[in-house]
Amino acid sequence: MFGKLSLQAISYDNPVVMFGVVLMIGGGLAMVLLITYFRKWPTLWNDWLTSLDHKKIGVMYIILALVMLLRGFADAIMMRTQQVLAEGASQGFLSPSHYDQVFSAHGTIMVIFMAMPFLTGLMNIVVPLQLGKRDIAFPFMNALSLWLTVAGAALIMASLAIGEFSTAGWSGYPPYSELQYSPDVGVDYWIWALMLSGAASTMTGINFVTTILLGRAPGMTLMRMPLFSWTALCTNILMVLAFPALTVATGLLGLDRYLGMHFFTNGDGGNMMNFVNLFWIWGHPEVYILILPAFGIFSEVISTFSGKRLFGYRSLVYATFVITLLSFTVWLHHFFTMGASANVNAAFGIATMVIAVPTGVKIFDWLLTLYRGRIRFDVPMLWALAFIPTFAIGGATGILLAVPPVDFMMHNSEFLVAHFHNMLIPGALFGYLAGYSYWFPKVFGFRLDETWGKLAFWNWLIGFYLAFMPLYALGLMGMPRRMQHYDNPEWQPLLVVAAAGAVFIAIGIGCLVLQLLVSIIKRDANWDQLGDPWNGRSLEWSIPSPPPVYNFAVIPEVKDIDAFWDMKEKSTVDRQPVHYEAIDLPKNTSVGVVFGGLSFVFGFAMVWHIGWLAMAAGVAMLATVIARSFDDDTEYRLTAAEVGQLEGKRFRQQAENQQACAKPLAGQE
Amino acid sequence: MIPEPSLPFPVPTEICSPAKTFGFWIYLMSDSVIFALLFATYASMSRNYAGGPTGKEVFDLSTVFYETLVLLSSTLTCGFSILSLSKAKTPRLLFWMAITFLLGLGFVLMEYSEFHSLIWQGAGLDRSGFLSAFFTLVGTHGLHVSIGLVWLLVMMVQVVQKGLTAPVQSRLYRFSLFWHFLDLVWVGIFSMVYLLGVL
Repeated sequence: MFGKLSLQAISYDNPVVMFGVVLMIGGGLAMVLLITYFRKWPTLWNDWLTSLDHKKIGVMYIILALVMLLRGFADAIMMRTQQVLAEGASQGFLSPSHYDQVFSAHGTIMVIFMAMPFLTGLMNIVVPLQLGKRDIAFPFMNALSLWLTVAGAALIMASLAIGEFSTAGWSGYPPYSELQYSPDVGVDYWIWALMLSGAASTMTGINFVTTILLGRAPGMTLMRMPLFSWTALCTNILMVLAFPALTVATGLLGLDRYLGMHFFTNGDGGNMMNFVNLFWIWGHPEVYILILPAFGIFSEVISTFSGKRLFGYRSLVYATFVITLLSFTVWLHHFFTMGASANVNAAFGIATMVIAVPTGVKIFDWLLTLYRGRIRFDVPMLWALAFIPTFAIGGATGILLAVPPVDFMMHNSEFLVAHFHNMLIPGALFGYLAGYSYWFPKVFGFRLDETWGKLAFWNWLIGFYLAFMPLYALGLMGMPRRMQHYDNPEWQPLLVVAAAGAVFIAIGIGCLVLQLLVSIIKRDANWDQLGDPWNGRSLEWSIPSPPPVYNFAVIPEVKDIDAFWDMKEKSTVDRQPVHYEAIDLPKNTSVGVVFGGLSFVFGFAMVWHIGWLAMAAGVAMLATVIARSFDDDTEYRLTAAEVGQLEGKRFRQQAENQQACAKPLAGQE
Repeated sequence: MIPEPSLPFPVPTEICSPAKTFGFWIYLMSDSVIFALLFATYASMSRNYAGGPTGKEVFDLSTVFYETLVLLSSTLTCGFSILSLSKAKTPRLLFWMAITFLLGLGFVLMEYSEFHSLIWQGAGLDRSGFLSAFFTLVGTHGLHVSIGLVWLLVMMVQVVQKGLTAPVQSRLYRFSLFWHFLDLVWVGIFSMVYLLGVL
């Protein structure tokens, strides 16, 4: 009746796990109580969960990302603590199997359920605004993507309480992840979480490639698109082409586990090396999927806070595209030690070094944008400035690892762990956090608190260096990654330093939480009344904060790169148009959230081999999509008069605000 | 929605929505990556017999010939249905859709019986790496055709219920893209799996 599921799946005897479960359920209950107390259920359902507004879907993506950041960081600080304690006679507080689950969950969560939703959320909010669009191409499919991602994240959270997570690392290499060696449901949780979110990312890719390539504002040619939109385009092209590889890799592993096939088994003609290839054919482009949007954010932030047009706009665009293409040519450098011939390794090693060239071009473009700029040190700019040197260090160690003989020494060591955290924390997360504070006032209409933002930044930065620089040294001292326990006392002092770094990062995260709370409480002091808090350059700053549901009452005409700056210089901003047009917008629908719920039930049933439930959920998923296809009345219309009324109100409001505070004028280039 | 944009390549804009058609082409690209990787996996495992049967021993070209004939004919009839769509002749459209459905269903049933007899002979999907790759590649194609059949059925209901409205026409056009795509994949399977298998 319940497949493999029984009450034994809940590990009451493990206090660490139970503490996590109590935190998770407690947090959930607290949210439910708060929402009930403030009677916000109708608001939550009508204005958020069922909304197809790309800005709201973006916000929900980012909320998911921040929640999962907390979970992923909890895993990280457990690992750091364990490695401080578990030397020599001491075994620390985590058993080997539990420690393995923790590092597997940490990697999977941070890449798939923190970074991906964060960048997808930012793209959702910003790309249509930058391109002068009223909506994205497929708003309903966007909701499906969101709720599939949420379902995948929920599966991982469920694995904490019911059963266990994979112990095979975030990359899940067979044959260890095969049924023979991992007979419990951990790997199945991993497979289904990746399947659901992989499908979601593929759909996001299709959605945004179409959104960006078709129907931009008049005059917004490709070579006038803001750099964030360019990097979003390249990231989405990568999502469309790379995520199928993840689906195939995890799908074939699933067929091995569920139907007894022999793709990656030890015997019967299986070949586990195929999995490693398939996984990294997705995995390497995935690195650029994470990093390119952050590059775009840094470009926007550096240009805005230097008060200058981006230096070498064209070279940045070309560099982005070259990285997109080359990202498919380097996957083998993740397994130089697997036994390819020296010539194959050399070819991929050289390709890996070549990819550093366009990245170097970008670094110089950013530096030259800063050069003789009028630099303002607001919070987004701090993240961007810290990124440049920190990322350069990570790039340099990457070049070292690209040399196959060196990689043979470093493979699977803490040096590698240091390297990829050195790329992804400054290269991706700092970028998203910069974007978070940069676009926050656009979305909510008030700025984030500066003081707490700066505290968060400095704790993160110091914490990052303390936590990861020692890992380079530990790698050179011969420490392998993923050790639950070790016998070399020389490693311990550096591991203590790394743990201290994790404490700083914990304070940084605490400051981010406080920043949000303080900003909400003190929002009256930080209203963004004119929609342009940073003296911005691209179209999203030309509309009010928060933007009306239709974004642009009148689609702007673009005459230059940095379209809004150009308008400010020619003083064509804020002239109230004579007449408006009717605007069609997508109606709310509950199909997305229902579909997500069903896909969670489906994934859970598959994990536990509950055949009838999986079948029922699968049929229900198909039925909801078919039912939706019969509904052709999916849009509502704001008439020209209604738009005019809304806009008239806004212009009166803005005039009042303008008397209160002088509008910052466009300065000198 | 913003007004429909124009596309950089020719499409019959009188029967299809440009944005949705463009998005669907991108989906097909993504799907072809899945098939490309399954083909590559099959190629790398096509000799991993593990002491089990080889392609030469289990593939029956005459069955495959009839499967191919049926699927390729369904592509032709699918093309006829789009021609009747562009002339707005609903009864003829429904007729060709029904024929396409029957041919597609015939293909799926033939494939099912082929799989059944393979498993019966002891050449099941858990016998060897080669057979796992074979069943997965051909089965994924068969699954796509089955989903296509559900889609076609839904579209027939919509044509009857809603008539040839703009969304219905646009969906039919995308269905035809999907169906032709599956045909193309089958040509690859026929040559790479069956022909090379028996040679």
